[in-house]
Amino acid sequence: MCMRVTDHVILGQDVDPKMIEITVDGQKIPAKEGEPILAALLAQEIMVNRYTVKRNEPRGLFCGIGQCTDCAMIVDGRANVRTCITPAVEGMIVETQYGYGGADDVK
Amino acid sequence: MLNKQLLIVGAGPAGLAASIEAKKAGVKDVLVVDINMKPGGQLFKQIHKFFGSSAHRAGVRGMDTGAAMLKEAEELGVEIWLNTACVGFFDERVACIEKGMPDGSKQIVYMKAEKIIIATGGQENVVRFKGWTTPGVMGAGAAQTMINVNKVKPGNKIVMLGTGNVGLIVSYQLMQAGCDVVCLVEAAPGIGGYGVHASKISRAGVPIYTKHTIKEVKGNGPNGRVSEVTIVEIDPKFQHIEGTEKTFEADTVTLAAGLKPVSDLVRLQDIELVFNGPFGGWVPTHNEKMETTCPGIYVAGDTTGVEEANTALEEGRVAGVSAAEALGAISAADAEAWRAEIWTRLDGLRMGPFGEKRAIAKKEVMDAFPGVAEA
Ligand SMILES: Cc1cc2nc3c(=O)[nH]c(=O)nc-3n(C[C@H](O)[C@H](O)[C@H](O)COP(=O)(O)OP(=O)(O)OC[C@H]3O[C@@H](n4cnc5c(N)ncnc54)[C@H](O)[C@@H]3O)c2cc1C
Ligand code: FES
Repeated sequence: MCMRVTDHVILGQDVDPKMIEITVDGQKIPAKEGEPILAALLAQEIMVNRYTVKRNEPRGLFCGIGQCTDCAMIVDGRANVRTCITPAVEGMIVETQYGYGGADDVK
Repeated sequence: MLNKQLLIVGAGPAGLAASIEAKKAGVKDVLVVDINMKPGGQLFKQIHKFFGSSAHRAGVRGMDTGAAMLKEAEELGVEIWLNTACVGFFDERVACIEKGMPDGSKQIVYMKAEKIIIATGGQENVVRFKGWTTPGVMGAGAAQTMINVNKVKPGNKIVMLGTGNVGLIVSYQLMQAGCDVVCLVEAAPGIGGYGVHASKISRAGVPIYTKHTIKEVKGNGPNGRVSEVTIVEIDPKFQHIEGTEKTFEADTVTLAAGLKPVSDLVRLQDIELVFNGPFGGWVPTHNEKMETTCPGIYVAGDTTGVEEANTALEEGRVAGVSAAEALGAISAADAEAWRAEIWTRLDGLRMGPFGEKRAIAKKEVMDAFPGVAEA
């Protein structure tokens, strides 16, 4: 199911957003150019962004404004990128982060 | 190292208002930095009409107030860096800034600022129950940002914890976005927020369980996402009453248990803090100029105690005028008169049944001010 709100009572309709494609764990998904990566993931009902260091527990969106780091993922090879405040760019490679996201942490 | 006359951290209503006032008072070089992709702070997710007097744009949606302020700041020539975090200070007002570059990378910039205004706003409180870290449990503000700013639903079936204005408004806005709000849960015996907001919820037929809390959240959904929520009645001592549990199917839990001031930057400095319950926790003391105990560093908005957009905005104005005065852009007498006007409006905002508590809290915070330290 797509989670986008396409017609909102107060915010109205989107006028022709520029759609791009990003790759998430090897799978291509659509994104609106410039929206937070996290929003593109949520639109596809992808809720888990990372697994914790000690107990390997899943984490996802919690604060939405860059304060909590629960949404951190590996973006274009860089670990610990907060996807709720990082804009989606055409061709971006996004990966679920395990632990600190280093080579040793890959599950 | 870069030099700036005035650095403002946070582009919410407080920071933007401070930048506008400082510019109007004649400060040449004003920079606002914000960690988010969009300026406006909390205001941009408020798509409802605000309360208050018309002088304070009541009846206007928060997002429109935000857009108007941003336009004014830009027209006055305020420089705004987005995707940019102020990560710390060295002595003598040297700020360490992680600047967002157009290609998405970050660059560390050191900046010597003659004056600094900290307007970093508030952050949501968390509530701990069994399963509170399950993906799908999030702040009500996070859900609000998703639906109102990014126009994407955080989930389909939602349980809201908390019935203050944030809980009520966000519940209603989740419904506007097409989500199914299963119920609202409130520990207190009565609803916390305004009746107008609550009646929108009841009219939609959504139950509100007062004297209840969340007992457990199970994460048996896809990838461990929230699958069900169990609530329980509590006694006057907030203890669970066995046998009163109710379980709902849901994929999302939103927490609206109030906000606390973001005070990390303030704590990094030798700024004196006081604890204030009604304001949400530890806050910096300040004088009527909004100056802290650390010379040249000012504070404004939710950082100094969680209140509302209009008080944040007016405090921002005071800080902007005071910084302009300290930079020599306007005379002390002019600044004094300008501030007196703003304080009259601030006093007006802190009246009435909800405002009075905040008036007392503000007085406590200011009474605790020991004076600005020697430079
Ligand atoms: C659901 C909800 C409903 C509300 N409804 C109303 C209402 O009806 N009427 C009303 O008056 N008020 C309302 N408010 C409250 C109002 O929005 C806030 O009180 C107001 O936005 C506070 O302004 P501020 O400038 O102090 O902080 P904020 O708006 O929180 O802005 C602070 C900014 O600082 C940035 N920041 C923080 N740390 C850093 C850093 N280290 N570096 C760079 N940037 C940083 C943040 O990203 C943020 O953009 C509501 C709030 C919520 C959550
Ligand atoms: S959700 Fe908290 S930092 Fe992104």
